[in-house]
Amino acid sequence: MSQISPVLWQFLVKWLTNFALFPPEASKIAPQMDALYFFIVLVSLIGLTIVVLLVASFSILYNKERHPNAVQIEGSTLLEATWTIIPLGLFLVMFVWGALIYFRVFTPPANAMNIYVVGKQWMWKAEHEGGQHEINSLHVPTGRAVQLTLISQDVFHSFSVPAFRVKREVIPGRYTTVWFEATVPGTYHLFCSQYCGTSHSQMIGDVVVMSPEDFKKWLASSTSGASLAQDGERLFASLSCAACHNTRQDARGPSLAGVYGSKLTLATGQAVTADDAYLREAILNPSQHITQGYAPIMPTYQGQVSEEGVIALVEYIKHLDSDYRVQQTTTTTDLLPESEGHAAPAGQQTVTQPPTTKGKVNP
Amino acid sequence: MSSTIVSLPDQSTARIPKDNYLTRENGILSWLLTRDHKRIGILYLISMTFFFFIGGALAGLIRLELLTPQSDLMAADTYNKVFTMHGVIMIFFFLVPSVPGALGNFFLPMMIGAKDLALPKMNLASWYLYMAGGLLALWAMITGGVDTGWTFTTPLSTHYVNTNVITTGLAIFIAGFSSIFTGLNFIVTIHKMRAPGMTWFRMPLFVWANYAASILMVLGTPVLAIAIVLVALERTFGIGVFDPTKGGDPLLFQHLFWFYSHPAVYIMILPGMGVISEVISTFSRKRVFGYTAVAFSSVAIAVFGFFVWAHHMFIMGISNYAVLVFSLLTMLVAVPSAIKIFNWAFTLYKGSITFETPMLYAFGFMGLFTIGGMTGVFLGVSGTDIHLTETYFIVAHFHFVMVGGMLMAFLAGIHFWWPKMTGRMYPEKISQLAAVVTFIGFNLTFFPQFILGTLGMPRRYASYPPEFQILNVFSTAGATILGVGYLLPVLYLVWSLKYGKIAGNNPWQATGLEWQTQSPPLTENFATPPIMDHEAYDYEWLENQKEKEVASVR
Amino acid sequence: MWLFLLTEVMFFGGLFTVYMIYRNWYYPAFVAGSHQLSIPMGGLNSVLLITSSFTMALAVWFAEARKKSALVLCLILTFVLGVVFLGIKGLEYKEKFEKHHFPGTHYSLQSFINPASDPVAVAAGDKALPQDTAQRTELFFSLYFAMTGMHAMHMIVGMGILAFMIFRARAGAYTAGHTQFVEYFGYYWHFVDIVWIFLFPLLYLINRH
Repeated sequence: MSQISPVLWQFLVKWLTNFALFPPEASKIAPQMDALYFFIVLVSLIGLTIVVLLVASFSILYNKERHPNAVQIEGSTLLEATWTIIPLGLFLVMFVWGALIYFRVFTPPANAMNIYVVGKQWMWKAEHEGGQHEINSLHVPTGRAVQLTLISQDVFHSFSVPAFRVKREVIPGRYTTVWFEATVPGTYHLFCSQYCGTSHSQMIGDVVVMSPEDFKKWLASSTSGASLAQDGERLFASLSCAACHNTRQDARGPSLAGVYGSKLTLATGQAVTADDAYLREAILNPSQHITQGYAPIMPTYQGQVSEEGVIALVEYIKHLDSDYRVQQTTTTTDLLPESEGHAAPAGQQTVTQPPTTKGKVNP
Repeated sequence: MSSTIVSLPDQSTARIPKDNYLTRENGILSWLLTRDHKRIGILYLISMTFFFFIGGALAGLIRLELLTPQSDLMAADTYNKVFTMHGVIMIFFFLVPSVPGALGNFFLPMMIGAKDLALPKMNLASWYLYMAGGLLALWAMITGGVDTGWTFTTPLSTHYVNTNVITTGLAIFIAGFSSIFTGLNFIVTIHKMRAPGMTWFRMPLFVWANYAASILMVLGTPVLAIAIVLVALERTFGIGVFDPTKGGDPLLFQHLFWFYSHPAVYIMILPGMGVISEVISTFSRKRVFGYTAVAFSSVAIAVFGFFVWAHHMFIMGISNYAVLVFSLLTMLVAVPSAIKIFNWAFTLYKGSITFETPMLYAFGFMGLFTIGGMTGVFLGVSGTDIHLTETYFIVAHFHFVMVGGMLMAFLAGIHFWWPKMTGRMYPEKISQLAAVVTFIGFNLTFFPQFILGTLGMPRRYASYPPEFQILNVFSTAGATILGVGYLLPVLYLVWSLKYGKIAGNNPWQATGLEWQTQSPPLTENFATPPIMDHEAYDYEWLENQKEKEVASVR
Repeated sequence: MWLFLLTEVMFFGGLFTVYMIYRNWYYPAFVAGSHQLSIPMGGLNSVLLITSSFTMALAVWFAEARKKSALVLCLILTFVLGVVFLGIKGLEYKEKFEKHHFPGTHYSLQSFINPASDPVAVAAGDKALPQDTAQRTELFFSLYFAMTGMHAMHMIVGMGILAFMIFRARAGAYTAGHTQFVEYFGYYWHFVDIVWIFLFPLLYLINRH
């Protein structure tokens, strides 16, 4: 519809928005979804009009005084077919159109910028890759695909941004994702839309859309000093993951360099892709996700790591692109105060280079 | 509306028949231990009216809170309990049993020419189970309430609240048995107790509708039962079936819960659709257009209704392909309802139409159910569901179909069959006024909620952004009017018990077998067992009968 | 009655679905859990229940043949077999409690992470399970207790009705041509038996050689 007349469309939407009858369109998918929405409104109005006209006109034409003798009519197969096939046809058109939009909303593009969101009773915590943390707000730039990876610390929540027309359930136990590309700078509502207990109505916030320059400035001013991956590295080190996950020949666990996105074969013979969900599961339920060729000795970290911690670890592993990085971490492990007392496995050489704990910030 | 088909006996000489099901026996025990399906229907009617007004009061509290953007009328926890109990009571203790319990029990046997249901004692047990469940739910409400939402979403309901979840779950479990027994009874009765000559395609469409609903009751309710049992076990023993830290999956609860709860909505609406068939036919003096299509569409809705449950879960992380399948099936289940609406509309064609109160409610049903049904399409289409789900759009959708649809149909049925049940007519003018007031109040209450939902206002919120206030105020204003619209019938119907005009056998000149006996009916329904020698809705047969009918009543 | 049994199928069907899903996800844990169940006891229970279905069928036969004392005898036998079944179940449950295999706060993973400490695990040749897999055994036992518990409840209800029937049978209620009650109860009892016939291999016989 917006192709038919952009001017009219803008006018309609702006008018409705100004009267608080319609939410603003602030994402690329919003006009597409609205087009389908208005199509269904149109079909509904036509359907309702037909029904009302039929009932009203028959009631007038055939009311008792005007038409005292009813004519018994069995039915009409032709009519039955008509009002079966036409509605079915219309519904199927809507189904296909809607399915296309649905797939679009839940299939993120490859270059999307990733933001992790943890929902818990009764607040939202957003974590940007560069280490910026937000509570009950989300800053995003225009013109860039943003993917949200969501998980709940406790019960079901739902991350809802009406202005973007996106919404996704946030569940405990597994990641869900959704993506959008914001188009209009401004501040928009963020709601939790799955009943989650006492302060469900208060689990709200703001989504702040900024131009790319403003966003860069915001990132620079809000960073906590360490990127998410660096937080993850620290956690990786303090949990002594490197004791098994290192680059030595006789390492008890696979080296994690470049593992993100690769195809693995598990000990059960099953082939999996090592994505976010897999990495999370491998940390929390390792014995079901052992890579082929390794013994099932990895302990579970359930209860020892929060969902934010797991996110940081996953981010770290995502950026682990070379054996050298793994080596750096191993060194970091040795030099960290938390790991004092954990003796390095026999045969490991201590690296004499100074540890580099600053990594690049990738916004 | 000066023309009417109402045909009453001469009021100066008419009397209520001395021997009828109400006078056959006396005393409270004769009611509490009755096997008579008609008395059981009356028992259901009284008790469900009671529960309806409690649920309605809770609704009033919700709307009062939502007058202002802040959560200022009651504590957040209290509000959560209020909307939970509103949902539980309205769904399980009013809507599900409404037409089957009150009208189905009363009229199903009569419509097929039987003396009673197949299993009268089970029928009484049904009512007691209903009362036990209802009273237990009220007890749960009084002693602290439940605040999980009527959907009992895990893990909130299993691990994060310490309110009366198990008690309420048990109440619903017990009421579920009531539902199962009623469904069983109806199915057996329809299969085994039809009068001679009463073939399947001569049965009134009301019977077909209840048959389809009974199939759903029998097959769907047990799955809800097991879902509730598992929640109770999870709460008590921490068995872990819904706990991710123990390997369980909270999404499994969603599947089990919605596997029943979607067919449940068809359990609620199908009997109401049956009422509409009867009313439209009677007040246009015509057989229902496309009888076979309407009969089969009831069964189609029942069958398809079992295969669409995950459309309540489109954004919950089920796979995209599952979404495709369920969205497609949802489109299919929408079609039979459309078929019915058009068939009813065309029943009016070349009919002889009058606008008595039941017909007004039926027209209200047709308009409001069309809107409600189409808004269901918005939600069944996966793309738009993303934006609209879990908002006030959903609240508006289901209130349109359940209240604008089902409750209107229920009221249509009550008014239509009131003369038969009580022997008295209700006052026509005030009842027409009540119907119009209800229609206006309903639209004012719930139409703004579609807009609120599109704006993004989530459901189950006690507070909201200030720009949503105007629409909420309209909605609350409408609720007040709606309340008046529902209160009026209680008042004038009770009034009519003593002062209403005597109705006679067949005030509406309707064709069903139930109208060929006295009002109120005998305990055994028919003095001599009827033989069905004509088609359903055969108004020509009725003309012949009138010539033979004796003018005075016993 | 058939319709009612259909509702029971849906009810147990829900439970079985839950079981099949989790068994698929956590197979090793379910194997270890299943090895903790006693096949001799379960097998004996199956024999008892099948026999009780036989005595129940005989009872229906005798009711129709109007042989009162034979009817009463068969009903009593059915009842007794049910009692023994429940008794053995009770023994099994007691054993599970003592070994801390009942889900809840006292659940113990010892038998699974350290099989050497448990003669039953040793006899089954179980290997030690890692911690997180071992935790899934609690899910197995939850389902075990839920499913056999539901089944036992249905049996107890059935036996209550049986007791009532024994009294009425002695008074001659079913041997004068009105056999419907006995026949319908027979269907119910056979259903309860069939549920057990499904339960037994699903729960007790995972990965046994």
